[in-house]
Amino acid sequence: MSSPQNATASRWSIPGFLGHYVFSRDHKIIGTQFLFSTLIWGVAGGLLALAVRWQLAWPWSDMPIFGRLFEAEGGQISPEFYTMLFTMHATIMIFFVIIPMLAGAFGNWLIPLMIGADDMAFPTLNMLSYWIMWPAFILIGASFFTAGYGPSSGWTAYPPLSVLDAAAPGSGVAQTLWILGLTFVGISSMMGSVNYMTTIIQMRAPGMTMMRLPMTIWSMFITAILQAFALPVLTAGLFMQLSDRVFGTGFFLPEGLAANNGIQVAGGGQPLLWQHLFWFYSHPAVYIMILPAMGMVSDILACFSRKPLFGYKPMVYSICAIAGLGFIVWGHHMFISGMDPILGVSFMISTMLIALPSGVKTFNWLATLWRGNVQFTTPLLFSVGFLSMFIIGGLSGIFMAATPVDIYIHDTYFIVAHFHYVLFGGSILALLGAIYFWYPKMFGRMMSERLGKVHFFLTFILTNMVFYPMHILGAAGFPRRYADPYHFQAFADLLPINQVMTVSAILLGFTQIIFAANFVGSLFFGKKVGRNPWQANTLEWAAPSPPGHGNFDFQPVVCRGPYEYSCPDADVDFLPQAETPPA
Amino acid sequence: MNRVWSLLFLLVPILGTLLIVWAIFGAWPLAGLWLPENVNEYGGVIDHLFNLILWITGVIFIGTGAILALTMWPAKGGSRRAAYVHGNHTLEIIWAVIPAGILVFLSIYQLNAWAENKMDRPVEVVDGEERLVPPSVRVVARQFDWDFFYPGPDGKFDTVDDFMVTGEVHVPKNQPVVFQIESSDVLHSFFVPSLRVKQDIVPGMKQFVWFEANKAGRYEIACTELCGWGHYKMGAVLEVQEEEDYAVWLQETTAKCLAISQSFEE
Repeated sequence: MSSPQNATASRWSIPGFLGHYVFSRDHKIIGTQFLFSTLIWGVAGGLLALAVRWQLAWPWSDMPIFGRLFEAEGGQISPEFYTMLFTMHATIMIFFVIIPMLAGAFGNWLIPLMIGADDMAFPTLNMLSYWIMWPAFILIGASFFTAGYGPSSGWTAYPPLSVLDAAAPGSGVAQTLWILGLTFVGISSMMGSVNYMTTIIQMRAPGMTMMRLPMTIWSMFITAILQAFALPVLTAGLFMQLSDRVFGTGFFLPEGLAANNGIQVAGGGQPLLWQHLFWFYSHPAVYIMILPAMGMVSDILACFSRKPLFGYKPMVYSICAIAGLGFIVWGHHMFISGMDPILGVSFMISTMLIALPSGVKTFNWLATLWRGNVQFTTPLLFSVGFLSMFIIGGLSGIFMAATPVDIYIHDTYFIVAHFHYVLFGGSILALLGAIYFWYPKMFGRMMSERLGKVHFFLTFILTNMVFYPMHILGAAGFPRRYADPYHFQAFADLLPINQVMTVSAILLGFTQIIFAANFVGSLFFGKKVGRNPWQANTLEWAAPSPPGHGNFDFQPVVCRGPYEYSCPDADVDFLPQAETPPA
Repeated sequence: MNRVWSLLFLLVPILGTLLIVWAIFGAWPLAGLWLPENVNEYGGVIDHLFNLILWITGVIFIGTGAILALTMWPAKGGSRRAAYVHGNHTLEIIWAVIPAGILVFLSIYQLNAWAENKMDRPVEVVDGEERLVPPSVRVVARQFDWDFFYPGPDGKFDTVDDFMVTGEVHVPKNQPVVFQIESSDVLHSFFVPSLRVKQDIVPGMKQFVWFEANKAGRYEIACTELCGWGHYKMGAVLEVQEEEDYAVWLQETTAKCLAISQSFEE
């Protein structure tokens, strides 16, 4: 329960500038630190993606501007460099952008505000969860300057490629830095997840029962549980790989391997073991990357269709079901890996089951919009964009869940299409919508709606132009992670369509400049807003914009659920969860 | 302006479906951008399943896209009130049960195709006894090439008359063929798009792939598991030959290889 503001002021800041803005224990400052860091990493990850696209459209030609950064190749992307590009693109986007932006930035900002608490349960731990990301930033950043320009065994780091120094230029120091970097990300996530669970269980305002929590909070809660249970397995796996690399153990190396005329290894291990450990974390990680987005989209859709969320309880249960099933489907990444095909059958069935709660969510979102009084704001457009893209990503998932079809499309661009529809079309569009939606609460000013709509329009069209054709590439059998596929006769015809995709990707990159300008410009010139510019119901809108230390200037008492929009008994079309006392 | 957004979202299923149909028919400029012709007796079921799922998901894609656009169509913004509805259990049960039914059907329907391609290695009858078809070629993947070992005249591997060809492997038409696949360094994956065959090769494991090619021709083999910087160039050719042509090739190549190895011994 929130305590009086003055009594616990020292909880949130150590005196002085550093204590106030840098090593702050205020969840909002920490959330903003996460937000800015992840946006900057997002630029890096995006540029890496554009370099990948450049190579696929104009293989071995000099890349303009960025090509000069690596003089050795004279601006031309070498095959080693290309493997680094997609490895680091994925690593950065997953571990430094999507996960920390959802959980770190929005989890931090929204959890205490939406449950009516003055801060997180453990403010110091919360501060550490941000600063422990810095060793990871530095380690991964440093790996760019090692041999091979960085780790190059894919973000999945499958041994033996990732363990044998001689197997690839990037499998030397860079791979060790990568493992250590990811370990720090894991520690940060673990600190955050413990804090989120405790806060949501212990610090809800009076009247805020679990079944009155907004979907955003439910999804953050379930995500925190997923993190807490899945991460230790990844950490164990990472340490085993580290030990194989540094101490010469053989967890993942069978006997007698010799890559690149290197010495033969003693072995005794199993490469598939890593894949099991890795996907036991990384499949739940897929849900860690989509569930919070689903939660935020639910809140935004209900607010801007001015209508209660359709089927609140089934929505909560679906999230729980997705998370629960998420722990027993990791093997669907390994249908073709050499795992026992009988085991594949059981993973196929659990995977098919996951389409069920996902379907319920999709139909409930559609039903929320149905007969609503839809307000076409930028956050709504991004949320509907999320829905439209998530449908494609969900449906393409059925192809690969069917094991025989997966034989053909596994490790082709069909897979790349699928997860970009879920992660870019899904998570990133939802995150952009969430930034537009909560920006006024974070900074007390509105972002420009006009620029926002232009940003959405271009982003939505270009996203589809980049990622939709990947389905067709995949159907043609185009393999992933190929620096130059066109010397195969079967793939030679695919060059023009790749060029269209690359041009679209470059334009998509430029479009984000509109967003950056809007984001930065609005910090200074945006229209100032009051507490509740969107006329939304959830608790954060009862606090001042931006909220000061301790969040609420009154004790919020929750008297209803979060989605009481357009109630016929009320004069206005929204009923906030807690009444704000008159100023 | 509101209806412009509605139409924008409607464009997704319309253009999306058109593009796929266009690619299926292979009209310019999308010629050759769909599944290549299947030449494997075991691959037909995979294509059948792919097309079935394409139909099912296609219908859902268009349906949900149309509903999404419709929900946004009547919006006039601010002038009217939204319906005050919290949910509808009957509806929710309907849209949970119908997809569940479809998925259960798909799960069961595909089991045979999976078993044929990954579990039940083909059998042959020799001297009145059924036995598994023995591997006729041992494929060894290494960074970044494919080596193909033939057992030689005695039909047994690991004997002195084994011989190796690289870059190209020959198999007879209309016969179940089993390859034993191995890796000498990192993970690789044996992928022949036209055969619908793919199997990751794990060093230290004994693995097999099988197929029965029904059309003579040259088909490309590609590695589909990241194996290092040269991953993209790790290709080879699988040549399917009429039985008599294959016999001639096998005889000539055997003779040639044995001659070479004898010249080394002398």
